[in-house]
Amino acid sequence: MWYYEKKLQYPVRVRECNPRLAKYLIEQYGGADGELSAALRYLNQRYTIPNKVVGLLNDIGTEEFAHLEMIATMVYKLTKDATPEQMKAAGLATHYANHDNALFYHNSAGNPWTATYIASKGDPIADIYEDIAAEEKARATYQWIINLSDDPELNDSLKFLREREIIHSQRFREAAQILIDEKDQKQFF
Amino acid sequence: MHQTNTKYFYPYISPFDPCPPIVRKSYSTPPQLYMGFQPPNLAQFQTAKEALYCGTLWPAFHDPYPPKEGREDN
Repeated sequence: MWYYEKKLQYPVRVRECNPRLAKYLIEQYGGADGELSAALRYLNQRYTIPNKVVGLLNDIGTEEFAHLEMIATMVYKLTKDATPEQMKAAGLATHYANHDNALFYHNSAGNPWTATYIASKGDPIADIYEDIAAEEKARATYQWIINLSDDPELNDSLKFLREREIIHSQRFREAAQILIDEKDQKQFF
Repeated sequence: MHQTNTKYFYPYISPFDPCPPIVRKSYSTPPQLYMGFQPPNLAQFQTAKEALYCGTLWPAFHDPYPPKEGREDN
């Protein structure tokens, strides 16, 4: 079970109403390499991974939900009071027609989230390597969004999230090594 | 080992390229690619505020983006 702390992992400040930026950011909400995919991927894989790395998948999967919440806050703030005209000008008329200003789990091209974005092969090495790749892809996605964004306060939060992907990748790399190393042998550094 | 967290490369530029060429391009190679297992007692930031701001407890893992030397040059 989870305990919920009623605050964000890192503050989210948005300088101005900017639905176009929200359109790009939604990639990290309901996209293939987004936070929803990450959370569900890790929390699902943890059942069949060797004991030593279950806790890691549990912790990172949980943190991904905290990131999802930050992305949701950004998208919400960027579109909160956007008029239908502003949504249309940002290329979000098709979103507005279906959802008004509500959030939805789809990517920046409007494709709905699908479970095919995540994998669980049941092979620990295959799964952990998939997770490392997922973290690097999410890191790259944050880079491209930072390159597109001109909101310095929003970029501050995005840089935090990018750094977290780096740390997660590091931990998955260590997990892979734990699974690869011969058991019961002395470690020499 | 000296490590850089941005690598630069110079793609071929054709005289018939339709867009103005970007001479120097870059890609990220953040610290986790070089660390291996995190060594014990790795130095931490002095204050929790710095650590929160950087998104990590350890300066060795901090990778500023966009890179200081720039992302690409025309």
